[in-house]
Amino acid sequence: MRIELEKRANPSRLFSFLSPFLALLLTVVAGGIMFALIGKDPVSALYSFFVEPVLDIWSLHEIAIKAAPLILIGAGLSICYRSNNWNIGAEGQFIAGAIAGSIVPVVFHDWHSPLVLPLMLVFGMIGGALYAAVPAFLKAHMNTNEILTSLMLVYIAQLFLDWLVRGPWRSPDAYNFPVTRDFAPEAILPELVSSGRANLGFLLAIVAAVALWIMMRYTLKGFEITVLGQSERAGRFAGFSSKRMIWFSLLLSGALAGLAGISEVSGVIGKLQPIISPGYGFTAIIVAFLGRLSPLGVIAAGLFLALTYVGGEAVQLTLSVSDKATRVFQGLLLFFVLSCDTLIQYKIRLVFSRLTRSSEGGAQ
Amino acid sequence: MSDVGASGGSPLLAVRSLTKLFGSFAACNGIDLDIQPGETHALLGENGAGKSTLVKMLFGVLAPTSGEILWKGEPVRIASPGAARRLGIGMVFQHFSLFEALTVAENIALSLPPGISLSRVADEAATLSRAYGLPLDPKAHVADLSVGERQRIEIVRALLQNPELIILDEPTSVLTPQEADRLFETLAKLKAEGRSVLYISHRLEEVQRICDRATVLRHGKVTGACDPRRETPASLARMMVGSDVAAVSAAGTAVKGDVLLEANHLNAAARTPFAVSLKDICLKVRAGEVLAIAGVAGNGQGELFDALSGEFPVSDARAVSIRGKAAGNLGITARRLMGAGFVPEERHGHAAVPALPLSDNLVLARNQSDRKTFLAGGILGIIRNAVVRIASRRISEAMDVRKSGEDPAAGSLSGGNLQKYIVGRELDRQPAVLIVNQPTWGVDAGAASRIRQALVDLAKAGSAVLVISQDLDEIFEVATEIAVISDGRLSNAYPAQDMTREKIGLLMGGMHGNETNPEAAHAH
Amino acid sequence: MGMLEAILLTVITAATPLVLASIGELVTERTGVLNLGVEGMMVMGAALAFSATQLTGSPYLGILAGIAGGALFSLLFGFLTLTLVANQVATGLALTILGLGVSGQIGEPYAGMSGAKLQPIEIPLLAEIPFIGPLLFRQDIIFYLSIAIVAGVNWFLFRTRAGLKVRAIGDNHASAHALGIHVIRTRYLAVMFGGACAGLAGAQLSLVYTPQWVENMSAGRGWIALALVVFASWRPWRVLLGGYLFGAVSISQLHAQAFGIGIPSQFLSALPYAATVVVLILISHNRRTTLINTPASLGKPFVPDR
Repeated sequence: MRIELEKRANPSRLFSFLSPFLALLLTVVAGGIMFALIGKDPVSALYSFFVEPVLDIWSLHEIAIKAAPLILIGAGLSICYRSNNWNIGAEGQFIAGAIAGSIVPVVFHDWHSPLVLPLMLVFGMIGGALYAAVPAFLKAHMNTNEILTSLMLVYIAQLFLDWLVRGPWRSPDAYNFPVTRDFAPEAILPELVSSGRANLGFLLAIVAAVALWIMMRYTLKGFEITVLGQSERAGRFAGFSSKRMIWFSLLLSGALAGLAGISEVSGVIGKLQPIISPGYGFTAIIVAFLGRLSPLGVIAAGLFLALTYVGGEAVQLTLSVSDKATRVFQGLLLFFVLSCDTLIQYKIRLVFSRLTRSSEGGAQ
Repeated sequence: MSDVGASGGSPLLAVRSLTKLFGSFAACNGIDLDIQPGETHALLGENGAGKSTLVKMLFGVLAPTSGEILWKGEPVRIASPGAARRLGIGMVFQHFSLFEALTVAENIALSLPPGISLSRVADEAATLSRAYGLPLDPKAHVADLSVGERQRIEIVRALLQNPELIILDEPTSVLTPQEADRLFETLAKLKAEGRSVLYISHRLEEVQRICDRATVLRHGKVTGACDPRRETPASLARMMVGSDVAAVSAAGTAVKGDVLLEANHLNAAARTPFAVSLKDICLKVRAGEVLAIAGVAGNGQGELFDALSGEFPVSDARAVSIRGKAAGNLGITARRLMGAGFVPEERHGHAAVPALPLSDNLVLARNQSDRKTFLAGGILGIIRNAVVRIASRRISEAMDVRKSGEDPAAGSLSGGNLQKYIVGRELDRQPAVLIVNQPTWGVDAGAASRIRQALVDLAKAGSAVLVISQDLDEIFEVATEIAVISDGRLSNAYPAQDMTREKIGLLMGGMHGNETNPEAAHAH
Repeated sequence: MGMLEAILLTVITAATPLVLASIGELVTERTGVLNLGVEGMMVMGAALAFSATQLTGSPYLGILAGIAGGALFSLLFGFLTLTLVANQVATGLALTILGLGVSGQIGEPYAGMSGAKLQPIEIPLLAEIPFIGPLLFRQDIIFYLSIAIVAGVNWFLFRTRAGLKVRAIGDNHASAHALGIHVIRTRYLAVMFGGACAGLAGAQLSLVYTPQWVENMSAGRGWIALALVVFASWRPWRVLLGGYLFGAVSISQLHAQAFGIGIPSQFLSALPYAATVVVLILISHNRRTTLINTPASLGKPFVPDR
């Protein structure tokens, strides 16, 4: 038996829409199997994982908190990947933005002003963009693969943050814990509503995603991104420059990742510490693909993946499942998304006939 | 309808009702064909007639959907190229299956059965290639060889297996006239050895010169079988195309206008290791003229197009002038704004993006030249989809583009229809200068005729048209002036009526300097 | 044992997993497949090797588990990219994310436990040679395997017909298919070979280098291995050179601390990653040589027409 692919004349609109849902379904089934394998009742585990977190206000807030950075980073990455620039280092740009945005509250901790927060956000975006400028420069002018360079920079950023909070930026009040001072109240992102912890970051993420969607759908810039991602030569023919697109897409996704970084530090953590992200930069890659590389799809995908974080914590508490479950789910989800996406471009045929050596003419 | 061959004996290869379906599309539909031993048999047809599909089935690359193949009277199932070779069938593809990073000997070894040492392959290949008049250096890397030399590898590769039937798919499309003559000598040797040749072509002159019998395909079906020497080019063409295709009326205007396009000592370094550099190119195209640049593939046509279109500008501004203004260092957008239009060679992935709809492909080429019409909102650049669609419809109607649906993906159109759209997209702007690279490569006869007429009409209306083409028939149909490009150098341009194929062939060879010496394997 | 010898021993231990992961990926990439999941396969190998060793008490069974696990895990990648023609970059990332997660699950019960260390095998006579004897010939089996595999791959690629086919596929998969070479089948085998080597590299980490199971213990070595393949211009002996250079750089951090060099430990830890970036720049920036050395069909999807 063989699996054969037959290319469709036009990409299937049905499957463009269905594919993420199909992938979700398969992930849930696979997850159920995984739970059963480790000795937990699959139904109650899946219920705790996926359903319970949306049932109360507090955990909805938690989902919003986790979704904000995922959507913000994911939206930027979706643009980047569409243009065929593979920024894998969003995690590093997240950290760089967090550090840059924290300059004001940490170094100038005595300066109090309503300008502090806006400045922090702006610095965060600049920090993320500057950090992304490194792989951008290397790809555009030194022909160096951006996947590996942006990734190496993640490790460097993590180590740099570690050194900062243990060294020059360590808070004098913290009994030698590796943290900076707590941020002053005006340096904290305000809450959205009083029923929970969700902060302005969530709103920023939605606004950014919608703005990017409008750009992609209606403007020449969005067209340019789509064309350059499909064919560099056709883009050149149209008068577009793929070198400039490298800069644009990487700086954009870097800035958004940096904004997510400072939002997280300012709105959720309230200070800098060695670990400020449970892998948002990498999970956002899954968000981008699950959202079919569309900023609007990213909103839905980001909410779903935030659900997996919260659900993972829930099963950890209720069923003593380890916290690795979340990672496994996320990895499985990406796998299934990629598999189901094949159906958009190709029809799959299972071929059962064997090639016989008989002398009958060519029936296949 | 198949003749019993001149020798009257049983055929070496026979095909009965052979059909190949791709989904619901019948590339080959109930084909009957006979090849006698020692016969040189032509397979004629336009692009898209099904010739390549048929021979791929004969060579085991594709599996037939239904029908029979008979080898020496016995039905056979050819499941792979290896099986075809074992039967005694060899094939030289139109698009070579060569590996650039490997040597000639390694390339040949890959198509031979295992167990023969590489050094023996090298020796045998060298000997055989010389014996057939196609000398090769086994240690050369394929990446360094010319197109004609690469074809020799393919031929030697096939011959080393001692085939009884050799299939050649459009072999002369990549050869200079002199190289083609050498190929025909080789084919004569094969015939003298009693081997059969299946010769695929759409070039009627060649077929009449070397073939004993011909089978004609159109739209996947056999429309005729004959002795080509007894037919006229017109009757053969009618079998290939069906109706009389409108001949292109090229009566040029006697009055020529200003020089609208000029290249002035244009030099461009090769961008990649395998590219050709442009050396001191000079040309002038006046309003009302069609300058055709003839040349075999791989002599710098693409590079010339890139330098003229501005996709890869040069540093000397005066090297290219459009309507009298220096443009050599300007990009493609600036040149379009000066009134130039461009049609690149590659439809998929250069002139158009196959996955995007036609309307998007219109924006692709005209987003700056028609900025006021197609875009709104100033710096935001919002695309006016409704306006674009209206323009797209207008172009499709003007060029009679056959497509499924109102605005389908460009990749779903046939080659001819997409090319009509791409050319029409430029004509819609009435450009003062139009530069086209391979206007009808891989395009069916009806569309090709339409496109060529459109080019001629544009010149008549007062524009300057530059056509780069590998098809001498096409060049003689549309050109008012003809020049030849060879190894990145351009010859002088001569009036079309003063040019012949022989002269063009000499220009191709003479400028390269070493093509006339058959013993020099390559001059690098 | 002298100071120099001690240092060189640590270099060998640090280099071996890099060499193994790189040589496996080199074979994969030579057939035109870019597998970014090396990090995931490596950490899976580490977790499986350690768990199997704890369960059975035999580090050799652990090694087998690591190899088998890496190969099987890579099959997932192969199925998606070769049969379903999914995007290779995204699938490789998915493999890494999944590998990090699943390995965490597998290794969790054993976190912090000390393992049965793999004992060195001494080669008689050769081990007596002064200085290099104990260094090279009193090593664990994984070291010997790493050298043997590099030599084997070099011989295979350049002296056998099968290796010629591999190089042909990497150069032009359409032509290879037209010649009747089984492109997909060869690629599957190459992917699994890459997975097996990465799994073996992971086994080395948890059985020799540390030897323990720590979550995410591959620490980016899989990514460095990918860079090493580029650095080596896809030639096997250069993988050995690159692996040892990087092994030396990554181990310098420990020794610098021992020598009391006053650079913060984080900067030293960052050295291998920074060095990787520098190496990539140096190797890639000449477009001409990059073009000539890179397998031309690398990363491109292949669907045979039938």
